[in-house]
Amino acid sequence: MIVELGHFALVLALIAALSQSFFGLVGPAKGQASWMAAVRPAVYAQFALTSLALAALVYAFVQNDFSVLYVASNSNSALPLLYRVSAVWGAHEGSLLLWAWILVGWALAVALLSRSLPVEFAARVLGVMGLISVGFLLFTLATSNPFERLWPAPPDGRDLNPLLQDPALAAHPPMLYAGYVGFAVAFAFACAAMIEGKLDQQWARWMRPWTTIAWAFLTVGIGLGSWWAYYELGWGGYWFWDPVENASFMPWLIGTALIHSLAVTEKRGLFKSWTLLLAILAFSLSLLGTFLVRSGVLVSVHSFAADPTRGLFILAFLVIVIGGALTLYAWRAPVLKSNAGFEFTSRESFLLFNNILLVVATAAVFAGTMAPLIADSLGLGTLSVGRQYFDPVFLLPTLPLIALSAVGSHSLWKKGRLRERRTGILVALVAAALLTAVLVLAVWEGAKVLTPIGFLVGGWLLFSALVDPIDRWRRRLSMTPAIIGMTIAHASLGFFVISVTAVESYTRERDIALAVGESGTVGEFKYELRSLEFVEGPNYDALRGEVAVSENDKPVSVLHPEKRNYWVQRQQMTEAGIDMQWSRDVFAALGEDLGAGRWSVRAQVRPLINYVWLAALLMAIGGIIATLDRRYRKRGEAA
Amino acid sequence: MTPRQRRVALVVGILAGVSVAGLLALSAFRENVMFFFDPSQVAAGDAPIDKRFRLGGMVRPGTVEREAGSLDMSFVVTDFERDVKVVYTGVLPDLFRENQGVVAHGRLGDDGIFVADEILAKHDENYMPPEVAKAIKSKHGGVMPVDPDPRKAKPET
Repeated sequence: MIVELGHFALVLALIAALSQSFFGLVGPAKGQASWMAAVRPAVYAQFALTSLALAALVYAFVQNDFSVLYVASNSNSALPLLYRVSAVWGAHEGSLLLWAWILVGWALAVALLSRSLPVEFAARVLGVMGLISVGFLLFTLATSNPFERLWPAPPDGRDLNPLLQDPALAAHPPMLYAGYVGFAVAFAFACAAMIEGKLDQQWARWMRPWTTIAWAFLTVGIGLGSWWAYYELGWGGYWFWDPVENASFMPWLIGTALIHSLAVTEKRGLFKSWTLLLAILAFSLSLLGTFLVRSGVLVSVHSFAADPTRGLFILAFLVIVIGGALTLYAWRAPVLKSNAGFEFTSRESFLLFNNILLVVATAAVFAGTMAPLIADSLGLGTLSVGRQYFDPVFLLPTLPLIALSAVGSHSLWKKGRLRERRTGILVALVAAALLTAVLVLAVWEGAKVLTPIGFLVGGWLLFSALVDPIDRWRRRLSMTPAIIGMTIAHASLGFFVISVTAVESYTRERDIALAVGESGTVGEFKYELRSLEFVEGPNYDALRGEVAVSENDKPVSVLHPEKRNYWVQRQQMTEAGIDMQWSRDVFAALGEDLGAGRWSVRAQVRPLINYVWLAALLMAIGGIIATLDRRYRKRGEAA
Repeated sequence: MTPRQRRVALVVGILAGVSVAGLLALSAFRENVMFFFDPSQVAAGDAPIDKRFRLGGMVRPGTVEREAGSLDMSFVVTDFERDVKVVYTGVLPDLFRENQGVVAHGRLGDDGIFVADEILAKHDENYMPPEVAKAIKSKHGGVMPVDPDPRKAKPET
């Protein structure tokens, strides 16, 4: 009964979304104030109804209602409560519902916080968001109904894939979707501006915090996914250039470009049509990502739900949204001219290069991700693109980008002088060179060609980002949240580059065969298998090893890797044993029984790897702090 | 320079930079892209000798061999028409089983033995790599000898 209520609520939500988009788009066109006044109530209704639908599905999972097909396929009565809830978005149908709910959540936030916006503009923004809702709800109801009944009901469910039974992965999709869908707000702002034919600096000021918050969510979402892949897929590594990782990374890159382009539009009224294009692109790539992941088009870890029959609807939806927005762009963007010049070494130029390099990097990732799909559909054979392609083509634009931002963040608007900051930038460079020398020569052994370059540009950005706050502090000038946020984000990016360089350059890894009592070496580390024993968990049993690791004969950690057998899906899983130390991770994973009492063990020691995710988190925090700036709160006032 | 010349220089610079990046990407792509072949194609000599590629098919039952206690192992990949022997040293993925789909990355030796440096058998026990499913399907008149996804016993599909 509850389940049918949820289904019914979803149908009603579709009607609310239809009226939201109708009143929001037709109201301003006809100048009907009463119609525009109906937009907000429609948003509230849609939010209440989709919340009801989501709650009904959660209820079905918590109550183990296996007469619901989706519950039966993705849950089990032995599943712990947390994972019964996160199983709601463990597969296609439920994740679409979550997507729709988050979209309406963003629309609700816009509805509540847009009182100071011009009435027509706010109505149009919500109208466009309503249209996206209509598409998603139609897709969910027509092709991916999570409330479908299964008759006769099975006695128990097929269980959630054991890989997904993990706290980080419970949080990963909601975070990622909050980021993806957050770009819908930027998209709606862009469409509304194009419909009105009016785009001023005030518009950019409205749009900036929304974009930055969406970007921050996406950053955390990607970071969580990467962290999960590292410890849960069992084989180490934080980034595989997997198509699905790329699908979330491309909107992030374009979102980053959008944040910087919006800065120019807000401060100088330039890059207007470019900003619009980036807003359209960011959301289009988010949509593409969502669908690529869930439609099963991409061969990947994430394609748990593969059903090509949904492909046509998806394609149609993508064509309508992206094609519609680009048509609108082609028609209206020429109206929105920017007319002001800037000098070659001004901040505008640096941000222009930032944007170009980010777009080039995105294009390179896009080409590598889509090439297998395109080759396959053209009958050119089945091919795959791996890190041998992605690593060089991604680093080529991004290394200069990091170096440019070390300088560019100190440049002035319009004028081509670096002010008295020249000394600060040079001091930062010298400090980075010293850091590089220490890290390469004294701390770790075995540098590669790119190692000093990575440390140098990363260190340069890290130190250079600190120049401005130190300068302000010395001159007793005030620090605004915008400056604090930018400093944290840029410094974290530098820190991130340093950490990635260390991981990529100094990881020690080897597969070894060990019997109890035997040991093997990995670089300067010795791995000894002390014991193997059987243990039992809530819904699995496991073989648990005890591995003692020593470095140059000094003991450093004792690890407990597990080989788990989940009972319901009879699936075997590798649970790595990881000792998180302040400067590195010591890692061991159990492979398989090799006979003669030996087991294969994957041994890895990765320096600074946890700072990769910490830096991503700090970047997101920097973004959030920047949105707290006072100028975003005084919305109604003129620029 | 006048602003106009500066703008021209800027545009030319950007275009040059982007095209250099494009060319480099293209060459990186040419060198590093990996093609997929099934055992019949390997037997027919379609697969390159000097280049890494992906070999996919089913692990033929009874062919997984290992010297006890060693990381070196071998098995036979089949598409139910032709077989290719694969040798590999290292940790196997959790779902590597006999009679399951598998994809191996590596090179073909002169002796016709495939030397793998990476073995993929994805994470779902019912999962069959789509290219493997396709390769096998095309040889059996569109009928899978083994159902790639028994979970799809859903009423709607």
